[in-house]
Amino acid sequence: MRVSFTVNGRRHEADDVWEGESLLFVLRERLGLPGSKNACEQGECGSCTVRLDGEVVCACLVAAGQAQGREVRTVEGLADGAGPPGGLAPIQQAFVDAGAVQCGFCTPGLLVTADALLERQPSPSDADIREALSGNLCRCTGYEKILDAVRLAAARSAAGAAPTAPGPEAPPAPRSEPEPGE
Amino acid sequence: MRTLRYQRPEGVEAAVSAVNATPGARYLGGGTNLVDLMKLGVETPDLLVDVSGLPHHDIEELPGGGVRIGAAVRNSDLAADPLVRTRYPVVSQALLAGASDQLRNVATVGGNLLQRTRCLYFQDAGKPCNKRAPGTGCPAIEGVHRNLAILGASPHCVATHPSDLAVALAALDAQVLVEGGTGPREIPLTELHRLPGDRPERDTVLEHGDLITHVRLPAAPEAVNSAYRKARDRASFAFALSSVGAALEVRDGLVHRVRLALGGVAPKPWRARAAEERLRGAPATPEAFTRAVEAELSVAEPLRDNAFKVPLTRHLAVRVLCDLAGRAGGPR
Repeated sequence: MRVSFTVNGRRHEADDVWEGESLLFVLRERLGLPGSKNACEQGECGSCTVRLDGEVVCACLVAAGQAQGREVRTVEGLADGAGPPGGLAPIQQAFVDAGAVQCGFCTPGLLVTADALLERQPSPSDADIREALSGNLCRCTGYEKILDAVRLAAARSAAGAAPTAPGPEAPPAPRSEPEPGE
Repeated sequence: MRTLRYQRPEGVEAAVSAVNATPGARYLGGGTNLVDLMKLGVETPDLLVDVSGLPHHDIEELPGGGVRIGAAVRNSDLAADPLVRTRYPVVSQALLAGASDQLRNVATVGGNLLQRTRCLYFQDAGKPCNKRAPGTGCPAIEGVHRNLAILGASPHCVATHPSDLAVALAALDAQVLVEGGTGPREIPLTELHRLPGDRPERDTVLEHGDLITHVRLPAAPEAVNSAYRKARDRASFAFALSSVGAALEVRDGLVHRVRLALGGVAPKPWRARAAEERLRGAPATPEAFTRAVEAELSVAEPLRDNAFKVPLTRHLAVRVLCDLAGRAGGPR
């Protein structure tokens, strides 16, 4: 079958799609967008997280036909409109600066999830961050740096938004809050 | 590659007749379970009838105080709905206790109720399993069963039903609206899922072609004071070892109205009617709650490695009831 949908603002058509194929397979193998990673293939690890009509989803569990006519944003489109071409989105820059990347396999999914979190909740608590990222597994277990990166991006965004706050060259240190009693 | 067709029917009638006409057809809701099972080779449909576009996306207030929920409503939208959060917090809490944002944003109400067990043997097409391949045996009984049933199982199957939402709906006496070949009908949620007996391959009483269109929550004034609590191996994004959905109204220190259902412990959402019966009119105390829950669990038949679920469930249920009664005491 043919599936037509928008990816990162561009209209795409994929032909000869098998009806049992996932959106992830179409993105990676048919549209040449390998940023979304194929890891557990069962919605457990979040490495394939993309935005579907704005909402984070596991692309590995979306049947290709269900993307018909819809809008997909992948990690490749995260920096679109965030600055000069080739630049990084703020959440990407925060991951780099916080050292939140180890083997890197979970990173694209975490970036998409964290970006969506900060869009809906610009100043999340640590508990909010943990819950929002609970669908993304890092098998290197580098969660502390990942939490740092999300806090850093939130703090930079708050500093940029507040007229009296220092500029982005001197971001406030990441907040360190007591761990929620889980 | 197997031949597989995909259809997006315009209406309910077209959807039902498409599935009725094709023995190997499956309805596709959000796909979070079906697409996964297809990859595992557990499900091998030859036709997917995508019902996520049917007009079942509304949450409507009914005259008399109930709520009707479309089967295609996404878990995240139902959890966030102000009416549901206010009148039936147990529903919202149960949904948010399940899965992750990524899955809740896609998973539907109808699909949630019809999701299959996460028993490891069921999900492994290379292993015997009476539910997946009738008559092949149940290796879980002697094998890995720490997370499986202590109530309602049979010598043929000890799988648990994985839904959190269904536990809340069982407590609330929800009705499931079904469209089949012979017109619409209503099934009480507590009668939708079957106990395995000697036919574990049949999860529910639905026939091939039956389509869940809505779930109706009856008015339940006590449900404003309701809660869902879930014990699992990690703090988020894991299936229940045990869970409890409850609603409670206390008058003059006595239990006036109570609803109690258990999850993660049985092949279906387990309405704890024996406990409810003992509680009506009883003092709303930790001791009375404990005795009532113990009565419910007296029929438990744990397996070698899941006896821990009996005290776990008791503690969880007593804790939730104590919280709802607004009292201190009970196990922490």
